[in-house]
Amino acid sequence: MRYDVAVIGGGVVGALISMKLSKYDIKIALLEKCNDVAMGTTKANSAIVHGGFDAMPGTLKAKLNVKGTGMMPELCRDLNVPYRNNGSLVLAFSDEEVEHIKVLYDRGVKNGVDRLEIISKERAKELEPNVSDEVKAALLSNTAGIVCPYELTIAAAEVAVTNGVDFIRNCEVKNITKLDGGRFELDTAAGKIETEYIINAAGIHSDEIAAMIGDDSIELVPRRGEYYLLDKSYGSLASHTIFQCPNKMGKGVLVTPTVDGNILIGPSASDDREKDNTDTTPDGLEFVLSKAFKSVPSINVRGAITSFAGVRSHPVTDDFIIGYSDKSDKFINCAGIESPGLSAAPAIAEYVEGLLIEKLSPRTKESFTVNRQAPVRFRHMNEQQRRELIEKNSAYGRIICRCETITEGEILDAIHAPAGARDVDGVKRRTRAGMGRCQGGFCSSKVVEILARELGTDMNEITKFGGNSKIIFERTK
Amino acid sequence: MLSYDLAVIGGGPAGMAAALKAREEGVEKIVILERADTLGGILEQCIHTGFGLHYFGEELSGPEYAGRFIKQVNESDIEVKTDTMVLDISQDNVVTACNNVDGLITIKATAIVLAMGCRERPRGALSIAGSRASGIMTAGTAQKYVNINGYMPGKTVVILGSGDIGLIMARRMTLEGAKVKAVCELMPYSGGLTRNIVQCLEDFGIPLRLSCTVVKTHGRERLEGVTVANVDENLKPIPGTEEYIPCDTLMLSVGLIPENELSKNAGIELDSITNGPSVDEYRETNHKGVFACGNVLQVHDLVDYVTQESQIAGEGAAKYIKGEKKTGECIKTLGTNGVRYIVPQRINKQTDKSVKLYFRVGKVFKNVKLVVKCGDEVIMSNKKKKMTPGEMEYILIKLDTIKSLPADSTLTVTIEEA
Repeated sequence: MRYDVAVIGGGVVGALISMKLSKYDIKIALLEKCNDVAMGTTKANSAIVHGGFDAMPGTLKAKLNVKGTGMMPELCRDLNVPYRNNGSLVLAFSDEEVEHIKVLYDRGVKNGVDRLEIISKERAKELEPNVSDEVKAALLSNTAGIVCPYELTIAAAEVAVTNGVDFIRNCEVKNITKLDGGRFELDTAAGKIETEYIINAAGIHSDEIAAMIGDDSIELVPRRGEYYLLDKSYGSLASHTIFQCPNKMGKGVLVTPTVDGNILIGPSASDDREKDNTDTTPDGLEFVLSKAFKSVPSINVRGAITSFAGVRSHPVTDDFIIGYSDKSDKFINCAGIESPGLSAAPAIAEYVEGLLIEKLSPRTKESFTVNRQAPVRFRHMNEQQRRELIEKNSAYGRIICRCETITEGEILDAIHAPAGARDVDGVKRRTRAGMGRCQGGFCSSKVVEILARELGTDMNEITKFGGNSKIIFERTK
Repeated sequence: MLSYDLAVIGGGPAGMAAALKAREEGVEKIVILERADTLGGILEQCIHTGFGLHYFGEELSGPEYAGRFIKQVNESDIEVKTDTMVLDISQDNVVTACNNVDGLITIKATAIVLAMGCRERPRGALSIAGSRASGIMTAGTAQKYVNINGYMPGKTVVILGSGDIGLIMARRMTLEGAKVKAVCELMPYSGGLTRNIVQCLEDFGIPLRLSCTVVKTHGRERLEGVTVANVDENLKPIPGTEEYIPCDTLMLSVGLIPENELSKNAGIELDSITNGPSVDEYRETNHKGVFACGNVLQVHDLVDYVTQESQIAGEGAAKYIKGEKKTGECIKTLGTNGVRYIVPQRINKQTDKSVKLYFRVGKVFKNVKLVVKCGDEVIMSNKKKKMTPGEMEYILIKLDTIKSLPADSTLTVTIEEA
């Protein structure tokens, strides 16, 4: 297969770049080593749209964070992705920290962040009644928000595929060869792929991808962060995203609502050598809890419905690495995208688009879309809407996931969407089936049945998340 | 809007028994709303025997036990809607439900019986460290794969938790050719029935490791093994006791939680210990005309007791519908000193029958006295040889005793040294 552009990595950055480029009249492939998009850092992070006061002025992080945060509301409207401008607080617990939030305020102003305020303890308690009485002051960032990172990625991939991008799953890039005439040949798990340009958005593995063309300049440290997710019945614990003062390992442990109404607490931060180690640890989770208690003392671990870990790709340079490689003027690196990478992602995509069209000068297609149709969300409908929906298609009358009220119709939509779900976790991320308090105890077997039926395969071929993550073995005796 | 005298939510053993009893008591228009595609509830996947010893005096499999009630329901004029999910119960007893035949339906019911059963505690609630590989599932999910879908969920298995479903699955997986390496139980005693420990583990040589838990799961894609460790008296893992057990499946049998989201949304008061509604002697909740029975009310050990309890609720609902149910001043019940809870939580002083108080104990007790008191006055005292948390207990309070107690008093059930 021959392409003009191959985007390596189906995380939020790769998917948004693919979507951005999909309006041009060029052949694009989005290559993903897993069975779905959003399988790396994208699916396990704080899901925060940062104000933009953390990064040092003049860095790409600062510039793209502020810009991306500004782009996020409209992008989420276009893609029908849940986003909420809930604002964030950085709590100061000591005089020293009060000084520090003033530094953050000044930095934010330099970075161009609007509507920052230093607020008193009383005001902080008024905004967030559950924060600790030990708080002395807080930095309020009114532009900050929350978004669902995997839904954003899934929606972007859907639009990209609708516009003609080839999404190729299970396509780990093993080797890259430069052909005569300047094109690249990619040796992948899904066969050979030829391309003019490469965009390296391979997340924590982007150093390895760069090294395949002899670019050894990228140095990444896998930084693992662990989280607890609390049941929706605890959803009123916080309405803003509540940070503590940042430290050298990152922005510290936060307590935040999610767009789905849960409470997320985390992350810890530990630097491992293993890039794909998403194990949780007793120490990591204990750390998260103890820190979260400091912000919101009434947090109760009994509300936890799950815990998980994600790996951030921390660049030793402490800034995003975005630009043409020194080794090739047809190879764009997009690496070291740690926090505030999600916030910056829309701006990163635009930035990369600019880099590419400078050289490629592609024509814009006559017809393309920038919108994703709103997926059916039975749980958010009123009685009349539900009645009409089921009348139109009775599959929406069959509830599969009882905790989250997810219908068979929604699961069918998720499977048959462009770049649709192929495994149980893919259905879960697209529909929330299995994300509730029973964590798939009742519905996972039904989801396996539906996937097998729709994909025309046997139940024992269905996986949790691709690869060897099969759920059941052979038939019983 | 449809109109019924009684709407029963859930068509498992509880819902069926309540509906049948109400019918027997003369209630005419009854509907059972069941989310699965058949009646029977969880019994349909419980193909082992051991059901019905108390109620029928014979040993039946789950589907056989359920089948006897399904037959009675089918032969009656009770309406059944399967594949139907109830979405809401309103303040004035309107039930909203949907399915793919009738679409969205609303049902006005004079009385409602809640019989939604319970769910299993998932892994997330335990915060087990390690990877998120496939092959980690609740014992009930595994049971469905084996007994309903006909697939093996694993070949080498470790089971965490010695609840009855875990014990049953240890035997089931062994019979299907899997190797069950161990059943680990956090507590120093099993949460399951003694007969299940004997028949499901001991008879098959499966080790039961008490005061032991899984501290880590291994394997990126499919589970490759678990690390288990012994725990101290505070249930914390003891460093140095870790042991790696290779396995491709971890089954969890770590507790059941009554499924009361509908009840909560309807404003029904729940008991913080049972996680089920707080009810009177006829199992009526604080929401007038709404009754609860079976595992949605309290997690039972035997389905026979579910049936009995549900008949009480069905009778109560019938009395309510006929305007014969007496309510007024109540006597409260309270479990203390090892008696974790009491169902029912209150008894109407004007009630017309003796009342059995059901409860569970918080740990194993041997050679103790079970004492019922009102204030300092001892009303009853029974010697008990052994009581365990895995088995539900009850004590009968006679009608004349109830009548003799002052209104607003509290009946306390407690454990004392013999």
